[in-house]
Amino acid sequence: MIEPNRYWRTLALALGFAFLYVPIACLMVFSFNDSAMMTSWSGFSVKWYRELFNDQALLDAAGLSLRIAALTATAAVALGTWAGYVLARMGRFRGFGLYIGMLSAPLVMPEVVLGISLLLMFVEMGNLFGWPRGNGVFTIWVGHVTLCVAYVAVVIQSRIRGLDRSLEEAALDLGATPLRVFFSITLPLIAPALLAAWLLAFTLSLDDVVIASFLSGPGYTTLPLEVFSRVRLGLKPEINALATLFILIVGVCVIVANRVQWRRESK
Amino acid sequence: MKKPSLGRWLPKPRHLAIVPPFVWLALFLLLPFLLVLKISFADLQFGIPPYTPLAQVRDETLSLSLHLRSYALLFTDSLYIATYLNSVKMAAITTVCCALMGYPMAYYIARSRPGVRNVLLLAVILPFWTSLLLRVYAWVGILRNDGLLNSVLLSLGIIDAPLEIYRTDLAVYIGLVYAYLPFFILPLYANLVKLDLRLLEAAYDLGARPWQAFLRVTLPLSLPGVIAGAMLVFIPTVGEYVIPEMLGGADTLMMGRVMWTEFFNNTDWPMAAAVTCAMVTLLLVPLVLFQYSQVRQMEMRGRND
Repeated sequence: MIEPNRYWRTLALALGFAFLYVPIACLMVFSFNDSAMMTSWSGFSVKWYRELFNDQALLDAAGLSLRIAALTATAAVALGTWAGYVLARMGRFRGFGLYIGMLSAPLVMPEVVLGISLLLMFVEMGNLFGWPRGNGVFTIWVGHVTLCVAYVAVVIQSRIRGLDRSLEEAALDLGATPLRVFFSITLPLIAPALLAAWLLAFTLSLDDVVIASFLSGPGYTTLPLEVFSRVRLGLKPEINALATLFILIVGVCVIVANRVQWRRESK
Repeated sequence: MKKPSLGRWLPKPRHLAIVPPFVWLALFLLLPFLLVLKISFADLQFGIPPYTPLAQVRDETLSLSLHLRSYALLFTDSLYIATYLNSVKMAAITTVCCALMGYPMAYYIARSRPGVRNVLLLAVILPFWTSLLLRVYAWVGILRNDGLLNSVLLSLGIIDAPLEIYRTDLAVYIGLVYAYLPFFILPLYANLVKLDLRLLEAAYDLGARPWQAFLRVTLPLSLPGVIAGAMLVFIPTVGEYVIPEMLGGADTLMMGRVMWTEFFNNTDWPMAAAVTCAMVTLLLVPLVLFQYSQVRQMEMRGRND
């Protein structure tokens, strides 16, 4: 076994992870700072957290965002699992190139492209059919689902490819219809991946600024839009508090989920 | 004998299963983009919508009008040309920086013991799950003239006057590399972890120095991972809006930002549509490269398992 050089290893990893984590750590520490500046420490205080929980605009925006994220994640998992299953189990078919192209485009395509094109379509539709009238939850939801379907499909198709095919084949041999096989064999086997994909879609939707900027209308300010409109001009200490809470909650969830999965796999 | 020949034309139930996701993507991804293409050939007008129709029937004449105003501007106005070049430059430099930082990280994570590897990998994935917006915002407090970095450097006596990083291109580079580093590491890690170590042992046995073995065995074999990671960084960076807006100066020209300004501030929808089309055209080659690596990776995984 060839061991890599230990000093280089430590140096590269230490620098890399410091780069990734020092900004987050600074943000968290200074969310408890008494002064609004990040220049110097002027005493411990939780006043920014108190301000955060009294900020009705932020709370309303958070409520709207959580609602859209839940709706998005549910639809994206349904559609994305379907698409992922097609990718993993249907082999090549006519239009496969277009199919996989459309599915992988949202993974990398700049979000501004998705945002502007959907908005222009909704405007044209509004002019032609009188629907949808103005933007709101529905239009944001469509944009987010389109973005998230791609991520879900990638997660699910890789999980399905990793499955042992013989279980599905045995069920088919015993006379189950393909639909039945999917619901009673494939779906339970990929359940952890479904949950992971749901959470991924949920967080993607919860974090999106660009698509929501194009597709939201007056009265529908999502949390990232509210945050972005405050911080684009500089520092806002109540956002430090929000970021700390957000990162802590997500961090704990991801670490717990990972531990559970790790223990199950090593069993 | 007639039935099978008819059956060939009717869609099989198996193939019907393909339809619903296909319809969604065609309706909300392909069709909207074709509309952008259409509107990029319209001219500006006052009213709702703020662009001229492509086809019109008036006095029993069907008139098609393709306005090339937006494209003419795009290819002659120095602002747009500078934006185009600057976006590519910034995306390329960001990709190179991500590669220089990310390759060693991915390599050493892949070569760690399984238990350590899992923890390190989680540490790379974790930022991806937390809000990009909030993480970029963290840099504002650090990089400002009266921010954390400057106050630390000043109090240590390393500098006499605050460094001006916030609202410059350098801040945008820092933000971009920071945001996209995990996207480079993950596909590369997936590739490196599968590297057959016997190949390295063989190279060593044949007298290769460690760096020779790296350059001639590890690096060439990991190239698909590098390409996938580079595309995951390069393509979205070209159209990035949030990071240059939050960390860059007014003169940080990037396509995503210019398109945004045309659309929201100038309400010039045809121009915004033309910039979008130009962006997608520019990204076509990297997109095809990315798709190719996606298909390959998917099929490789199918074969290995």
